[in-house]
Amino acid sequence: MQEFIQQLINGLSLGAIYALIALGYTMVYGIIKLINFAHGDIMMVGAYVGFFSLSVLDSNILVAMIYAMLACSILGVLIEKIAYKPLRYSTRIAALITAIGVSLFLEYFTLFLLGPAQRVFPDTAFPVNNYNIIGVSVSNKDIFVIVSAVILMLILQYIIRMTKTGKAMRAVSEDKDAAVLMGISVDKTVSITFAIGSSLAAAAGVMIGVYYNTVNPLMGIVPGIKAFVAAVLGGIGLVPGAMVGGFLMGILETMVSGYGNSLYRDAVAYGVLILILIIKPTGLFGKNTGDKV
Amino acid sequence: MKRKISKKLAIIMAMVFMFSIIAGCGGDTKTPEKTDPKAATDKIKVGLNVELSGGAATYGTDARDGALLAIEQINAAGGILGKQLEPVVRDNKSAADEAMTISSALVGEKIVAQIGPLTSGDVAGSTPIMMEKKIPLIAPAATAVNVTVDEKTQKVRDYIFRVCFIDPFQGTLMAQFAANDMQAKTAVIYKDTSTDYAKGLAEYFKKTFEEKGGKIVAEEGFVKDDRDFKAVLTKIKNLKPDFIYVPGYYQEVAPLIKQARDLGITATIGGCDGWVSDDLVKVAGAANLNNTFFTTDFSAEDKDEKVVKFVNDFKAKYNKSPNSFNALGFDAAQMLAQAIKDAGEAQPEKIKDALAKIKDFVGVTGKMSIDASHNPIKAGVIVEYKDGKHVMKTRIQP
Amino acid sequence: MQGSGKIGGRLIAEVAAVAALFMLGQFLISTGMLEQYYQIILTSMCINIILAVSLSLINGFTGQLSLGHAGFMAVGAYASVVMTNRLDLPFIIGILAACLGAALAGFIIGVPTLRLKGDYLAIATLGFGEIIRVVLQNIDYVGGPSGIMGIEKYTTWAWLFASTILTLVVIVNLINSSYGRAIISVREDEVAAELMGINTTRYKVIAFVVGAMFAGLAGALYAHYFYIIKPESFTFMKSFDILVMVVLGGLGSTTGAVIAAIFVTALTAFLQSFPAIRMILYALILIIVMIYRPQGLMGNKEIGRKTLARLWGGKR
Repeated sequence: MQEFIQQLINGLSLGAIYALIALGYTMVYGIIKLINFAHGDIMMVGAYVGFFSLSVLDSNILVAMIYAMLACSILGVLIEKIAYKPLRYSTRIAALITAIGVSLFLEYFTLFLLGPAQRVFPDTAFPVNNYNIIGVSVSNKDIFVIVSAVILMLILQYIIRMTKTGKAMRAVSEDKDAAVLMGISVDKTVSITFAIGSSLAAAAGVMIGVYYNTVNPLMGIVPGIKAFVAAVLGGIGLVPGAMVGGFLMGILETMVSGYGNSLYRDAVAYGVLILILIIKPTGLFGKNTGDKV
Repeated sequence: MKRKISKKLAIIMAMVFMFSIIAGCGGDTKTPEKTDPKAATDKIKVGLNVELSGGAATYGTDARDGALLAIEQINAAGGILGKQLEPVVRDNKSAADEAMTISSALVGEKIVAQIGPLTSGDVAGSTPIMMEKKIPLIAPAATAVNVTVDEKTQKVRDYIFRVCFIDPFQGTLMAQFAANDMQAKTAVIYKDTSTDYAKGLAEYFKKTFEEKGGKIVAEEGFVKDDRDFKAVLTKIKNLKPDFIYVPGYYQEVAPLIKQARDLGITATIGGCDGWVSDDLVKVAGAANLNNTFFTTDFSAEDKDEKVVKFVNDFKAKYNKSPNSFNALGFDAAQMLAQAIKDAGEAQPEKIKDALAKIKDFVGVTGKMSIDASHNPIKAGVIVEYKDGKHVMKTRIQP
Repeated sequence: MQGSGKIGGRLIAEVAAVAALFMLGQFLISTGMLEQYYQIILTSMCINIILAVSLSLINGFTGQLSLGHAGFMAVGAYASVVMTNRLDLPFIIGILAACLGAALAGFIIGVPTLRLKGDYLAIATLGFGEIIRVVLQNIDYVGGPSGIMGIEKYTTWAWLFASTILTLVVIVNLINSSYGRAIISVREDEVAAELMGINTTRYKVIAFVVGAMFAGLAGALYAHYFYIIKPESFTFMKSFDILVMVVLGGLGSTTGAVIAAIFVTALTAFLQSFPAIRMILYALILIIVMIYRPQGLMGNKEIGRKTLARLWGGKR
């Protein structure tokens, strides 16, 4: 039982990170139906900004996170304006290829600038304390990651549900043409979506940096693809789906490694995804909509 | 319908045809400049076929840095046989097919020898070209046994050499240490399953440890770029092994050890030369590294004169402390220089013969001689971490 | 009968052209006029053409976004190497095993997933591709993560040339047949196609299986040229590479896929001289081409005899 609770906590903190990245994926997808493959790399850039503000500017962790979120929201908007906007009315697959190009560019430009070697977060950035509660080890890092992920998700929910901007975002994702007719600026809404999605990725990046102490230029690929899978698992385009999908993915991976065979962890994760897609093609939270003629 | 197909076919063929012509012409026009006699005489070209992008980019870049430092120093000291070495660096994208293409391109540039690639798989991709064109290849870090010896025929590959340990050596060494010195009865293997290197080490560790009467209670794996190991570690914790063997690279091992200690695992942890990096201490934490041991041929804290000089020079050039890849890249270039000197002429086949005869070459990864299978015979060291510092535990001569 | 005589004449001329092309390649290679470096690039080119054309059948003509093509290539590569290297059987058996194995994998994966639409299918195929890789990584018989080394070099110019031509002939034929019209109707409007009584799933599966089979063929050729195969060579990044060629060439254009495969291979080779920034340049070129030519180099047009005839006519 102790072991199970321990594994559950392990899974939750891993899942919180996946969920944060998945949120950005899902928001962008929801609004312009683009699988933004560069999202994981935006997370990487966020992690680097966090790293430099912690180690060079000596700022504290929350300030570093805010810097990273700001920098990445600008980066996200720029990427959208330069690379995706010209393709908004061409095929989605063309945009997908561009996203792959942007992803490669971010990875290898960072690698070129900073070298492929990993950078280590300073110890002082986040002093670790381990708490031992009835044989289950919980560190303040776990708590930090889970709590800040939940807070960010709540803020996001507030923005989407309660504010005018959120309303505009929902409107554009529901029906772009109708939204235009209602006087909503699609360009602006898309930009805001990219800004928010990218800043969430940046937050996740700083969290990964703090949680695992290191950053490197190719760190975004694996969590990026996993988070994408998580978003699809929950039902892509749906914010609650991304959250639940992220946590599920984290717990699933942890449980497979913990109780099954760690060598097959990734295969099982993808296997469950495919199974869910086959049973319920729109993901756990997706609504089935028939094709219209 | 048939007509339509053949139509398209004709056009396609015409294009393939055109391209072959263009490619062919490209080859022809390039040939004269390559055989320019002047260029061939005052410089000795050395190919660096390394991983600068893709999954193994860190290893390739590190080895390149080491090799370039060595070449720079050799040139500053007047070169070899009165000639300067000219490095030709190419990125093989961490792919075996690309490694082959790069090798053939380097051969076209008239290199006398090639350093790299880093991973055993990429070396394998490059091997057929080097064998066919009779140009020696020195692998800085390819550890699989079959890199230098053909598995099927058991024949040594004439032109392929390496400066690193082979898998059996380190795995066996650590198993002996665990069973004899640490009196371990049970062990868990937690290996990097994405590299043949770690898998090879694990295989020989298991074999020797079991021969010594020990028991492997679990075999787990992680893959490159994993950063979360807590699930498996929680499982390992409940198995209460005496010893945990973690063959892999420092990028993954550092957070792994940290998470293991955070979870309260106090067992001895053993590793290999992939651990060697300052980052291990920075990420894992000095206290967490107590009671960990690793096998290696290189330590940046070694007090040996040559190593101290290398570490200082490296720090001066790259502003960081060298890891084992830097050292192996450095030694590969140094050994090549030695071989060219011994050969008395920068001619590939003579260099190959000289490489095969290398004896008591002193590199920063120890004194080595090349054996009949083209592997270096060099001493292995077991290093212990004490409060973040390397402490030489035992030195084992082969 | 008059017409058929004319067709026969053309056919003979075309067969002769193909044969001449083959002979020319053979001549350049066997006399060493084509340096080894260019031979390797030519080989990559042919393999990429097979991969791009086969994926173009699935992505371009059937309109089903598949991101698992590298997985089928892996199945083909491993199946053929098990035959030739492990069981010491002749290369032709290896090729057949590769095609059959990959086609079977395509069938097993296609039947359940092709009910999915758009991005869901994309992610499911990506998942399957990765599962194939993870499974291969854990089978010790085929070398686990280190793969199989020392594969015999059976892939000659003759095999390459024949395979490329075969792929083109079969896929172009398929597209121009009644099957092909059904397949394209699925892409254009699945609901309408279904209403017209077309069993869309069946045609999707056919396209998928044929595409997978040729990816398997490419895998076999690849394995027996590049000496080593390992699971890491077949990640989703490889699938992306193939997809890039298809989209760059233009969705629904076989000639486009061929041109793009040649272009991308040549570009990769050209960028080798800039080791430090090669991937940055590649990424930039990708983005720029897509922005200025989102429909791909060829759109959905083909270069056929008609196009050439028109050009000719214009000149006259």
